[in-house]
Amino acid sequence: MFADKTMRARSGAFAMLVSALALAATATFAPAVADAKERDKDRKKGKDEEVSAPAFAATKAGDPVFASTYKPFPNIATAIRGATVFDGKGNRIDNGVVFMSGGKIVSVGGPDTPIPADIAVFDGTGKFITPGIIDIHSHLGDYPSPGVDAHSDGNEATSPTTPEVWAEHSVWPQDPGFSRALANGGVTALQILPGSANLMGGRSVTLKNVPARTTQQMKFPGAPYGFKMACGENPKRVYGSRGRMPSTRMGNIAVNRETWLGAIDYANNEDAKRDLAKETLVGVLKGEILVHNHCYRADEMALVMDMAKEMGYRVSAFHHAVEAYKIGDLLRENDVCSAIWADWYGFKMESYDGILENAAFLQREGACVVIHSDDQNDIQRLNQEAAKARAAGLRMGIDISEGTAIQWITYNAAKAMGIEQMTGSLEEGKMADVVLWNGNPLSVYSRPEKVWVDGALLFDANDPKRRPVSDFELGQPGEGDVK
Amino acid sequence: MKRLLALGLSGLALAAAAPALAQDVTITNARLVIGDGSEPIEGGTVVVKGGSVVYAGPAGGAGSAVTGGGTAVDAGGAWVTPGLFATVTTLGLADVSAVGESNDITANGSPFSAALDASSSINPTSQHILVHRAAGITRAATSTLPAGSIFAGQGAIIDLDGDTKPVMQARAFQMIALGEGGAQRAGGSRVAAHVLLRAALREAQALVGKVGTPQTTEIGKDDEVLLSRFDAEALVPVVTGQQKLYIAVERAADIRAVLALKAEYPKLNIVLVGATEGWLVANEIAAAGIPVIANGLIDLPETFEQLGATQSNAGRLAQAGVKVAINAATLQDPRRLQQVAGNLVALNRVPGAAGMAWGKAFAAISSVPADISGMGGKAGVLKAGALGDVVLWDGDPLEVGSVPTKVFIGGIEQSLDNHQSRLRERYRDLDESDLPKAYDW
Repeated sequence: MFADKTMRARSGAFAMLVSALALAATATFAPAVADAKERDKDRKKGKDEEVSAPAFAATKAGDPVFASTYKPFPNIATAIRGATVFDGKGNRIDNGVVFMSGGKIVSVGGPDTPIPADIAVFDGTGKFITPGIIDIHSHLGDYPSPGVDAHSDGNEATSPTTPEVWAEHSVWPQDPGFSRALANGGVTALQILPGSANLMGGRSVTLKNVPARTTQQMKFPGAPYGFKMACGENPKRVYGSRGRMPSTRMGNIAVNRETWLGAIDYANNEDAKRDLAKETLVGVLKGEILVHNHCYRADEMALVMDMAKEMGYRVSAFHHAVEAYKIGDLLRENDVCSAIWADWYGFKMESYDGILENAAFLQREGACVVIHSDDQNDIQRLNQEAAKARAAGLRMGIDISEGTAIQWITYNAAKAMGIEQMTGSLEEGKMADVVLWNGNPLSVYSRPEKVWVDGALLFDANDPKRRPVSDFELGQPGEGDVK
Repeated sequence: MKRLLALGLSGLALAAAAPALAQDVTITNARLVIGDGSEPIEGGTVVVKGGSVVYAGPAGGAGSAVTGGGTAVDAGGAWVTPGLFATVTTLGLADVSAVGESNDITANGSPFSAALDASSSINPTSQHILVHRAAGITRAATSTLPAGSIFAGQGAIIDLDGDTKPVMQARAFQMIALGEGGAQRAGGSRVAAHVLLRAALREAQALVGKVGTPQTTEIGKDDEVLLSRFDAEALVPVVTGQQKLYIAVERAADIRAVLALKAEYPKLNIVLVGATEGWLVANEIAAAGIPVIANGLIDLPETFEQLGATQSNAGRLAQAGVKVAINAATLQDPRRLQQVAGNLVALNRVPGAAGMAWGKAFAAISSVPADISGMGGKAGVLKAGALGDVVLWDGDPLEVGSVPTKVFIGGIEQSLDNHQSRLRERYRDLDESDLPKAYDW
């Protein structure tokens, strides 16, 4: 009943599968060995010829690896008119026009916005348009459906600090959850994070929510990496129960600080041997990799912000920040976003003080709010979660516009993920990541009718074939069903 | 306030007891929801006397003249509904589920299973009860969950008024897990779970009619005794059909196996719980007359027994004539029941999907689960003779963000305060210029 992916309990025997994987590994290893022999020959030759370049070399540190191969799908120039538009930056346009072409937003405006004569025009009367919804906290692909042991790839829970692991190496693109997030949630971009078993869980990856054969085909071009950290109960429980550090909150901070000091030494040592873990940490110190820190309690968030100052990095967002409302002022001053649920509370000790007004109280303080899911079901209804959080604020007399609530699940998420120059709002020149809703997205009664990613129509409620079906679902009960 | 006493071993006999503090209340000018599946009535009136509803309907309707003073509430056109009925919950059984010391939901180390009786341990002032009361839930079916066995134990029907007697009906149902969950607990396979269940039912059958503490075991004299005496005894009302048997299954084939069980043991009073793939066997379920407490919005193949998952499951089951309530067990919290019901309404506008009309969706979280729990006509509905559970809302109760403004349980207006509301009031600002927040209470 609670997600917060510390560890998922899984069951089932899979000895045969393990041995099958072992065989596969041997098979793929063989050519590599052969390659090495070839290179060995070259190397000997090289020595004789006095060539100084090393014969064996990985791609240089910092050069792109596992690079995005995402390509937008074909689009047709499209305009929607007569709809209510929430632009993602808090604004609302009634009877608005959104015009996209070449995969980009060309214009957004009122009823007089010019539309070329020769393009597809949809009547949006009674409908609503938002930017594509963005989930800053997802485990789709690294904890995919079906959630069997063999798919449990979200926590490298073998050491409290694993900055060397990258979530993208765990993402299974055939997770049917991606399609549900698209069709029911209008989600066009999402950040896949490692879980929270570790203090430092590894790099996250930001994806375009497009069906793909490889994860590289989903990787959001130009998105910075994120770095997952975790406060509190999970790391100390996971490692404390194994009789190793950390077993307390003070242990959590101590292990973090030691690890950062090691990274600083590494960064200052030009002769240091390459170290994947420290490369990630140095990326954070340089500001190239954004920290996403799972942290529930207000007092712990305050400690982490001080630790970040001590070590010279900044936190982009606290995730699951259930008590953020207690320190909205501090979060605003430190320019840290709070990625939160609307109503989760009470499932673990550090969530005991969860209240419906969290987002609204942060907004009152002028702090940055992002509504996140951490859940394969809630990611399908981030609009409804934002609506709940807004309603709680209105009851307290805090004036939060509908456009602001949409901003929580679009522009603010993009900003905390470092992709706000490319997506997250309907502005000229940005990616045409757009959702047409069949009613007000802040109502429980509304659903996405069409979803475009970079101008390509990838979901249409009125066209059963314009609905992604993952490999896993083929030939299964309900293949291609409305989900 | 307890108005119903559970009597007898099976706890199925109900007797009305006069409430001590019930107010007489007349609510007028309501957008009135009866809860029986009908659509809202504009300008409706609800009259509660002595803790029970004596009238609910149009302002001038026959019987509305019984208004006899008491508190008058002008709803001002606001939505007025019966209290919601949350079914398959753990309300009152844990403070914080991940804090083991506070959690009575499962008992891995117990030698007992079917004999576990949730009614012994309900904490009526649990914050979860207070929080959910403020969300409009007035009654709930609450149960321990299976841990070391396929048998979860015996669930109770509780009220959420926070008084000293939360249990309305003890031992209202036995719950068991079949499918993957049952297989795991029965030793590793569905096959083992089915044998275990049948063996247990046979042992219970052997005890039917036996009363008192036996001198020797009457069951399985020459066989291995699988259940403790207490567990076997607890299953006696199950095999006689006096106590409902909630069976948690998801896969179509597992549902068919349950229907076959019913053919084998016709007295079993079966309710399906979960039933993600129920839509694939909807007609067979309908023909068997078995109600379903269905997962509302599960649409992912989260397990191999949920491959056919779709949000249209509940709607398709209802279309086939199955009595469908919404399962609170798969929700983040039971207070999301209203959101689930709202989503089922939303499906009506999604081409190819099956949803529910507004009134039916509301009934799926009020009168239908109450009816399945043996509280038909008493809870989840505003009709003469029903318990005086009435909720006034600040908006459409199925819309996200709507909350109750007043909650009556058995005619008594409830406090909507709890830990969360107190935190909300403390942090309505961050001003500590005079004293720390600890003095702000």
